[in-house]
Amino acid sequence: MARHFGVIRFPGSNCDDDALHIVNTVLADRGATGEILWHKEHSVGQVDGLIVPGGFSYGDYLRAGAIAAHAPIMESVKAFAKAGGPIIGICNGFQILCEAGLLEGALTRNESLRFICKDIYCRIEGRPTPFSKDIPAGRHIRMPIAHAEGCYRHPDVERLEGESQIIFRYCDADGNVTSDANPNGSINNIAGICNASGNVVGLMPHPERACEDVLGKGGSAGLGLFESALDSLANSGAAR
Amino acid sequence: MIQHGPTVDANLAKEHGLASDEYKTLCDGLGRAPSYTELGVVSVMWSEHCSYKSSRVHLKTLPSDGPQVIEGPGENAGVVDIGDGQAVVFKMESHNHPSFLEPYQGAATGVGGICRDVFTMGARPIALADCLRFGNTGHERTSYLLHGVVAGVGDYGNCFGVPNVTGDVVFDDSYNGNILVNAFCLGLAKSDRIFRGYASGVGNPILYVGAKTGRDGIHGATMASAEFAEGSEEKRPAVQVGDPFMEKLLLEACLELMESDALVGIQDMGAAGLTSCSVEMAARAGSGVELHLESVPMREEGMTPYELMLSESQERMLMVVTKGKEQEALDTFSKWDLDAAVVGHVTDSGKVIVKMHGEVYADLPASLLAEGLKYDRPQERPSYLDEVISLDLDTIAEPDDIGETLLDMLAAPNLCDKSWVFQQYDHMVRHGTVVRPGQASSGVVRVVEPESGRKKGVAIAAGCNARHVYLDPYEGSRLAVASAYADLVAVGAKPLATTDCLNFGNPEKPGTMWQFAESVRGLGDACRLLNTPIVSGNVSLYNETDGVAIKPTPMIGMVGLIDDIDEVVTASFKEEGHHIAVLGALGGTLSGSEFLKHCHGQERGVPIPFEMERHSKVFAAMLEMTKARVLASAEDISDGGLLCCIAECCLGAQNLGAQLSLPAVEGRLDELCFGEGPARFVVSYSKENAAAVARAAAGCGASLLEVGVVGGRELRLNIGGELSMKLPLAAMAGAFGGAFEAFS
Repeated sequence: MARHFGVIRFPGSNCDDDALHIVNTVLADRGATGEILWHKEHSVGQVDGLIVPGGFSYGDYLRAGAIAAHAPIMESVKAFAKAGGPIIGICNGFQILCEAGLLEGALTRNESLRFICKDIYCRIEGRPTPFSKDIPAGRHIRMPIAHAEGCYRHPDVERLEGESQIIFRYCDADGNVTSDANPNGSINNIAGICNASGNVVGLMPHPERACEDVLGKGGSAGLGLFESALDSLANSGAAR
Repeated sequence: MIQHGPTVDANLAKEHGLASDEYKTLCDGLGRAPSYTELGVVSVMWSEHCSYKSSRVHLKTLPSDGPQVIEGPGENAGVVDIGDGQAVVFKMESHNHPSFLEPYQGAATGVGGICRDVFTMGARPIALADCLRFGNTGHERTSYLLHGVVAGVGDYGNCFGVPNVTGDVVFDDSYNGNILVNAFCLGLAKSDRIFRGYASGVGNPILYVGAKTGRDGIHGATMASAEFAEGSEEKRPAVQVGDPFMEKLLLEACLELMESDALVGIQDMGAAGLTSCSVEMAARAGSGVELHLESVPMREEGMTPYELMLSESQERMLMVVTKGKEQEALDTFSKWDLDAAVVGHVTDSGKVIVKMHGEVYADLPASLLAEGLKYDRPQERPSYLDEVISLDLDTIAEPDDIGETLLDMLAAPNLCDKSWVFQQYDHMVRHGTVVRPGQASSGVVRVVEPESGRKKGVAIAAGCNARHVYLDPYEGSRLAVASAYADLVAVGAKPLATTDCLNFGNPEKPGTMWQFAESVRGLGDACRLLNTPIVSGNVSLYNETDGVAIKPTPMIGMVGLIDDIDEVVTASFKEEGHHIAVLGALGGTLSGSEFLKHCHGQERGVPIPFEMERHSKVFAAMLEMTKARVLASAEDISDGGLLCCIAECCLGAQNLGAQLSLPAVEGRLDELCFGEGPARFVVSYSKENAAAVARAAAGCGASLLEVGVVGGRELRLNIGGELSMKLPLAAMAGAFGGAFEAFS
């Protein structure tokens, strides 16, 4: 069964072990496996899905994700995306995918100008993606955020809205999308999006930190994203 | 010997912070006058910061042994066994002086330094904690320092990727001119793969790894060994600049190299940089080292041996590798794009020899430098103690409205919600945080142990009530230890060992020295009684500006082990209908309390002392209850007393009110509600577990008094059957949650 994930390690990635832990340990009984992919490699190898993890790749120097977007492995990541392979970019991973042109828009400094680490809620919506299609549209889940540059910007956000490319939207505990529930000033409360084909997803919240009940009594709603990916891989029968 | 630089004499030595008798000791020890480079090297090694010359005679009285201790003080960090072949490595360290001058970089490099101390030993850092002390919230510099320090701590740890899980923030006038930034780091290692700072094996090459050396931070350690006075801002160039990304690379590269057998010894270049690193590694191993400074990666041209030896550029390590394995090490560093170079080799000369382009610039006996100086400075009990010891409660008006007073207390800078601070710290990275900051008085991270299947956790408590130490240095220090112990047992952790960070004023003043000696005596006694040996620590003296010293602040970091993280309880009430009880004494004292300070502006009286016989029974009961999994919540009652504690338990994630009924009191109502004392807890549990909870308390000989039930949207207090207070949750949340933002 095709369930092997590559987790890309850039210098400065620091949620790479966390992501690997989800596929290798938390989802082991679902047959998931994972491996670390080194940024200096030129091929992602034989993987069924890619996780671009959070952290501070290259120290976030220049701009968050800007240098990582030009790492040797990224050409292969782009080819994998073009071939329809499922890719999720989490936090710094989202920033990298935007900088690499695999996702539209940009993540700028939080409106408060401060780093924010806390639980937020976001609503799942938009078109079905490998990482969200098992989660009923309109459901809202709790996940942590931890970033200083998560304020999403796009010059033509209405087009993304029209194409149903907004996948995660900050909301309150009752699922209402309000300005109070927007932690960083993102346009239209956007927490995560997908590309035009729907196979590449990026989000600022950390689903990998919300996969086990024991962690901060924070719940395990984030696991749904990874389970969804496993199911879509099983259904698509993607060849390894 | 090359006499580079100005002529060395007693005057120049004085400018370097060496007293005339110290300079004489140096000349006698060498049998000659030192060179300029040697003077620089010796002056930092003999600074208070590096040599502990005023504190050593006292520190050696502290307990540091126990079956759980793998490595005690003297190394870069302490190492404690947690079973299953695993060990925790931890230490707390101050970065007070630099943080006052340049809060962002000072605090950031404080975090960087303590993390290096831990991973140097072969441990992966898994948790941070920070104890911060600022001046009065109304003081002109406080807001600037607070913003800078919190951002500095956050940015460094967030990028480096270690969760910041606990700590505290306290405001007090005595820190107006000297803030405290005490950073704690804990790492996880294999107990048989601990690395130490030894320069062993004659002929083994010495490798320099990490950031290039620049002219930053020269004489940082000397700066940290003097009082501040007007013009201290000019010392800002002595503050280093941090690069957490570089340190992350260094961490990964070092841990990777440690998997091989190439590494013999390793130490981070912290205070006094290349100097202290090479001297200490040689002294520990009883060997010698010879350095060739022209090979050191440099940031700028024309650096002199003096500058290279004294630079405190951050994110640098020195290591000794087995001869012939240099390339293996260099390859690892090259993989991580790190600068590395062979800069010398180990000798058996007992000397530290510094060469550049073949010329000798320094030739010093390692033992003379490392053993440094030792003073037993004069002590005298300060006279302020006679004044503050008494408290006449008759002069203190009882509050008219307990509810109003509670709201006022919840909004007090030292009691209010600190989310503004810890939300700027990533407290969840590394998928291990079981108890987050604000959820309990200790932070808890799990220790992944897939092989044994055990679900262990490590709990960390960090803090110190300096007011208690100010009022009675001996008893106050015992209370600081007991309080950390209480923080740990409240989450269900069995305390294992301690680290300390002793922040005091000028040791050359007998009153300060007396405070220090009494405090160390108290810490030692309490840690001996509670079997929590002190395995690492740091001393920061001269926390004094224009002659005004801080309150004596022996910060405690204590670490406990949790057998099964499913046993962990947090502070907040969980369900309507749960019973609420006080474990331990119901009332406390207003002497030295936060209430007395906040509501009446007084800091006086004698706190209730820690008594092993009585209080250890309460701790034992607490642990027994968590072990038996009969509690829904637990929180130790500390600053602010019983009512503030219960209010905080209401304001957790579930946001639940409570109905309290306390017996009629003969004494004062404010004492019952806001009094403080050691070993007291608020616990809650289901009706079904009530009998088991009572049995556990009785079995340990601890007192347990049911005081109410969880439920409703308000906190109601009946005393002797009469309604004394009724506060909506929203009002309490507003006071507690809104205060920090308002003054920050």
